[in-house]
Formats: sequence, C-alpha cells, structure tokens
Amino acid sequence: MHPVPTPPLATIETRGLVRRFDRQVALSGVDLSVGPGECLAIFGPNGAGKTTLLRVLAGLLDPSGGTASVAGVALPGGVAARAQVGLISHHSMLYPALTARENVEFAARLHGLASPRASAESALDRLGVLGHANTPVRVLSRGLQQRVSIARAFVHTPRVVLLDEPYTGLDATGAAALSAALEGLKSGGAALVLVTHHLDEGLAIATHVAVMRAGRFVLHERRDAIDPASFATEYRAAVGVVG
Amino acid sequence: MELRTRAAFLSAAVFTVLAAAIFLYTWDPTAVAALDLAPGVLWVIFTFAGLLGLNRSFAAELADRAIDGLLIAPIRREAVFLGKAFANLIFVLGVQLVAIPTVVLFYNLPLGWGAIAAIAGIAVAASIGLVAVGTLFSAMTVNTRLAELLLPVLALPFFLPIVTAGAQATVLVIDGRPLTGALDWMRVLVAFDLVFVLACAVAYPFTIET
Repeated sequence: MHPVPTPPLATIETRGLVRRFDRQVALSGVDLSVGPGECLAIFGPNGAGKTTLLRVLAGLLDPSGGTASVAGVALPGGVAARAQVGLISHHSMLYPALTARENVEFAARLHGLASPRASAESALDRLGVLGHANTPVRVLSRGLQQRVSIARAFVHTPRVVLLDEPYTGLDATGAAALSAALEGLKSGGAALVLVTHHLDEGLAIATHVAVMRAGRFVLHERRDAIDPASFATEYRAAVGVVG
Repeated sequence: MELRTRAAFLSAAVFTVLAAAIFLYTWDPTAVAALDLAPGVLWVIFTFAGLLGLNRSFAAELADRAIDGLLIAPIRREAVFLGKAFANLIFVLGVQLVAIPTVVLFYNLPLGWGAIAAIAGIAVAASIGLVAVGTLFSAMTVNTRLAELLLPVLALPFFLPIVTAGAQATVLVIDGRPLTGALDWMRVLVAFDLVFVLACAVAYPFTIET
C-alpha cells in the first residue's frame, strides 16, 4: 500500500483576518493560503486593504482579529516570523546617504548572514546593479533604487516574499531581473504574495489570483482556472470600474 | 551616515560655539564670577545641542521608510532602540568634545587636566541618561507635525534630574572642591542612567504602531 503524500503545509495562511485602525476596518475577514512555490497575485482598487494585508503578514502590524501564520509561526510572531520574510513596499526602505552595497550589507547583517558583504554583492548582481554598488542611493534613479530595494529584500533568501507594486519604476531590464529573481525564489520553495495594479505582470507569475475590495477578497481562484481576457472584464466589474 | 553628511553635528557644533559666545557677551563679570557662570553655560549647551541631534535621530529612517527595514528585521525592538541610543550617545559625546574646551577657553577657567577629565566623566555619565530619554521621545515625536517643538517639551522635564546632578557635580569640580562631593552626584547620575536606559528600552516597542 503506497503512503498518501502529505500536502505541504501552507507557508502563509490566514483565517478571518481582521485589522482595524480605530473605527476604520481595513481588513474584514481575509482567508488565504499560499504554499511553497506558490504566488498569490492580489489586485484591487486603491484603499482595498492590499498594503495593510502585506504589512500584517510582514509583522509591521498586528492582526485585530482572526488568525494568521507565516512560515509556521503564528502572528504576531516576533523575531521568528520576521526572519523568514522579505518585503518590497511602496517606499524603498533604503538610507539615501549610504551606498547600494552598504544598504544591502546592512540588511544582510541584520539577518545574521555569515558573509554579509559577499551576500550583498551577490544580491546586487542578481538585480543587475552591482556596477552601482559604491554609489550613494540618493544619487541613483528611481528604477535603480527599486532594484537595490529588491536586492535588500532578497539578500537573505526569504521563504516568504511580500511584494507591493514591485515593478514600479523598473525598465524592461530591471523587470526581467526581478521576474527571474522571483521565479528563482519560487522554485526554491518560497511563497509569494504580489500586490499589483498591472494584470499582465501579476498573471504572468501567479499560481493563484485574488481581487480585493473593501478589506476582503471578492474573487479568489487558481491562475490556471482563469482566462486572462475575461478576467480583466471580471476584475473591472468587481472593482466597479465603468467602461 | 552622520560621518558622511555631518549635517547634524555641524549644526550642533556651531550652536555650541555661538551659545558660548552669546553667554560670554551678555555676562557681567563684575556681577558673576566665571567659575560660577561656567557650569550653567556648559549644561545649557549640553542639553540643547544634544536636542539638535536627537531631533534628527529617527528622521533619517523616515523619508524612505528605512524604519520599516529595521522593524521587519529579525531583531528585537529593544535592540533597535539601544542601537539608536548608542549612535546618539556618540553624537552627544562629540558635541561635548567641542563644548568643554570652548567653555574652558571662553571663560578662561583655571582648570587642570584632572578637573577637565572629571568634567568629561560627569558629562559622559549624564549623556547616557539624556540620550536614553531623548531617543525614546524622538521615536514618539518623529511622526508628528510639531516634532521639533514636542521633543524638548516632552524630554526636558525628564532631563531635569540628570542635568541638576551633572551641573552640581560640575560646580564642585570647577570650584576645586574635593571630588568626594562630586562622587555623590555621580552616584545619582548612574542611578538615573540605569533606570532610564532600562525603562526607555522596555517602553520603546510601545511607541511603534502595530
């Protein structure tokens, strides 16, 4: 009798996740499950709660209700959970006065990597910005800063990758480098949650797709169950876009 | 970062020299002796020059949300506070390296190297407590619109016991009195340092919105 394979535990899991800011409810019961090697692309209008969801999963905000776990650690998970997470947000999270290498090396040191300098250079090289390693970040263009920010988020090879509009400011080369890095992380077993307004970018890498509105998912399906053309129509209908 | 930009340090250093000069030119030497005036001048400069640096303490992390990079790292929140406080301590000690010789020179204080070293020791001991309190309140006020006003308003009442003990010890040293008297005030400083560093490190995580 052959043993039944145990499905891999979800790397990211939430059940009825709620987050309030005083009386405003930003997340009103979000259920999601992202396993190793999977990517959940979340689309939605401004103010839907997408960024709040990522910040809760990253450990920057505590849940107000429901449950959430990241890499097997229940949130708020403290140091144990944060060690597994890489976050790319709206802001670069870089120090403008420091060079690209110094910023990424600092992140590598915070994560306790054995060779922070080598790890930083490797991460910068993967994003095609090693040539700007000694340039202060404030001097770099928006697109190059974004690549350095991505290198900072990936330097410790996180198991959970949270991305908020990561393609913003990237040219074709930068976008290709990011996509390659994400595919590398996915094939290494990382779980990705990608927030984007760009349907093509999201659908290209996603294994699961969700549309968020008013703090909850109004649509949540497997990527291979979606026809991109009709999804665009469904998406516009779900978020109330006319035309 | 401060070594690279030197913006805050230069501001504090210029303030130090200007403040010492202003006190010098408004001082009536027939009414108050230099030895009586100098400790107060020194501690006013320490306090307000230190605040100049503390105001910018967390501002460096705010512009591009580098603070999120610190908060998402697998380190305890208390470690973030202690790291910031240590960096601020280096800054404040650097300002004192400018302030002490400036005041000694401007007021022509007849101090030997032993007395100067004693004043430096008092300043270091006081700085630890000042920086702990200042770093905590800097974290609390950095996101507010009136941060540069709120920080001194909140921090100065807590600075009072430290500045009082430091100034009293400095008076005894400058007056040439036995150091045993100053040692009593040093014990007060050390006690406040321990309390403030511990309390502020424990309180810091609560200043972060989660």
